[in-house]
Amino acid sequence: MEKMQQPLVFREDDFDRLPPPSQVDEAIVRRQTTYWKDVWRTFKKNRTAVISLAAIALLIAMVLFGPMMNEYDYRTNDYSALNQSPNAEHWFGTDNMGRDIWTRVWEGGRISLLIAVLATLIPEAIGMIVGGVSGYFGGWLDTLIMRLIDVLMGIPSLIYMILLMLVFGSGNIITLILAMSLTGWMGSARATRGLVLQIKARDFVTASETLGASAWWIIVKRLIPNTLGIRVVGITMSIPSVIFYEAFLSYIGLGVTPPTPSWGQLIKAAGENFRYYPYQFIIPCVMVGVTMLCFNLVGDGLRDALDPKLRG
Amino acid sequence: MGRYVLNKVLIAIATVFVLATATFFLMKLIPGDPFANLKTKAAVQEKQREYYGLDRPVAEQYVRYMGNLLRGDLGWSLKKAGRSVVDIIREGFPVSAKLGLTSLVFSVMIGLLFGILCAQYRNRWPDYLLMLVAVLGIALPSMVLGPLMRYFFGVRLKWLPVVGWGTPDKMIMPAIVLGLGTVAGETRSMRASMLGVMTQDYITTARAKGLSPVQVVARHEIKNSLVPIVTGLGIRIASIMMGSFVVESMFLIPGLGRYFVDSITNLDYPLIMGLTIFYGSFLVTMNLLVDVAYGLLDPRIRESGRKGD
Repeated sequence: MEKMQQPLVFREDDFDRLPPPSQVDEAIVRRQTTYWKDVWRTFKKNRTAVISLAAIALLIAMVLFGPMMNEYDYRTNDYSALNQSPNAEHWFGTDNMGRDIWTRVWEGGRISLLIAVLATLIPEAIGMIVGGVSGYFGGWLDTLIMRLIDVLMGIPSLIYMILLMLVFGSGNIITLILAMSLTGWMGSARATRGLVLQIKARDFVTASETLGASAWWIIVKRLIPNTLGIRVVGITMSIPSVIFYEAFLSYIGLGVTPPTPSWGQLIKAAGENFRYYPYQFIIPCVMVGVTMLCFNLVGDGLRDALDPKLRG
Repeated sequence: MGRYVLNKVLIAIATVFVLATATFFLMKLIPGDPFANLKTKAAVQEKQREYYGLDRPVAEQYVRYMGNLLRGDLGWSLKKAGRSVVDIIREGFPVSAKLGLTSLVFSVMIGLLFGILCAQYRNRWPDYLLMLVAVLGIALPSMVLGPLMRYFFGVRLKWLPVVGWGTPDKMIMPAIVLGLGTVAGETRSMRASMLGVMTQDYITTARAKGLSPVQVVARHEIKNSLVPIVTGLGIRIASIMMGSFVVESMFLIPGLGRYFVDSITNLDYPLIMGLTIFYGSFLVTMNLLVDVAYGLLDPRIRESGRKGD
């Protein structure tokens, strides 16, 4: 008891010298993960999604290199080889004009996928900018843009798309993409605006504003990049619907004009004599089906990986 | 609630107006002349243009067109001589509606049932099996499924007629082709919605107070899972309508979808315009009804409408 009341005096050897920090104790044991690495780690656990992603990669490789694998091109007719079943010479057979279906399927896939990717990304970009501007500025501009979107979204997009195709002239990839871009940006604008409203209250936006960044810079460099993560699911999911639209427009005669193939065009052409030459129909159908399916499954996988609530 | 509905009605009216105006001006921009024909004389062609009022200034045509529209007059078909667009709609719409409604009712019911089963047997074989069906529904667009079904059930097995309209057996295949996408979509959304509801506290409460599993599912889970399903109905109706363009052409059904596709290939302007506006207004009305129903089901929605959000 008396000892306790003595003033404490420390000597040199009361202490141990610790090794400098940062070397051992402060080193992070596990490797740091970024947000996307974490997403990828969750995504990898979903076997169906990974297989679908691999299938998409394979499809892309095939549409790029498939047409080069034999000596035929997509438009040359060979009247000595009409409607041949798949054989060693023509791997997927020939169509009613003697054209090689292997080449046409991959060439058509190139066009269908090109349309799908561009007609997804262009309206998405338009929508992001409109939604970003609307959400960031708010006020009457926001009200005006949102009411406009309400009205435009009420018009069935397919009908509007058909009208635009009639005006622009069908048969052209560019007009197809243009028509789909003009009809498809509203959903992305609405979603981006909602996300921007949440993000713009965050500190890093205030910091940018304080440092004098222009509104445009904040929208493009700060707000939109932060919405991308969430929008990526929507983007993946809209690719199959664009593929479907392309097939649909080709079916009613507003798609790509022959002899240029696209999957929709091939399905339409072969559907007429399906009874006699089923392989001509089934091959492009399988392509469309597999592509739509894979993009959907990858989208599902991404959604599960991105949503913390759904993580196991 | 009143303000919420009023707001939706105003947007719907604006939508129909914008659609009608856009349709009119887009039609004016379309390249190609419906009367250009080497067989008829220039004077005759002139007369035809005059008869249909196509020689007038565009502004005057627009005013007259909107006036006629308000009176429910959609003009005359150019290619089907002596038949008004309204006549064609009156004849084709019941056919499309009968097919579409049958398909919608069955596919929504089957989809909901599948979704409920999937959620209840989550990650067990019934879930995997039914989700496989749902996944196939996504991967098989109508232009693929149609010919396949016609070949197997019509040509090979001879169970069902390949094309046509009029008897109930002729409706089975088109209705299935039309509805498969809806079954798939409805299964997926009902499954997701129900899995969300199943983890809620009130379900635990319902179990704790001693309700039987069937009662919990029927009274609490299904009822609460249905709310987001109602919003999806607008999209389902639109997709059935869109599908009808393909299905009616494919099965030679004398409905509006087939007239619409034909009018596009024939450049029958008044028919394209009339059908576009009809389809547009129809879908806008359906979406309006869905919105109102949603507001009635979920009080949070109509409250958010009151704040002018």
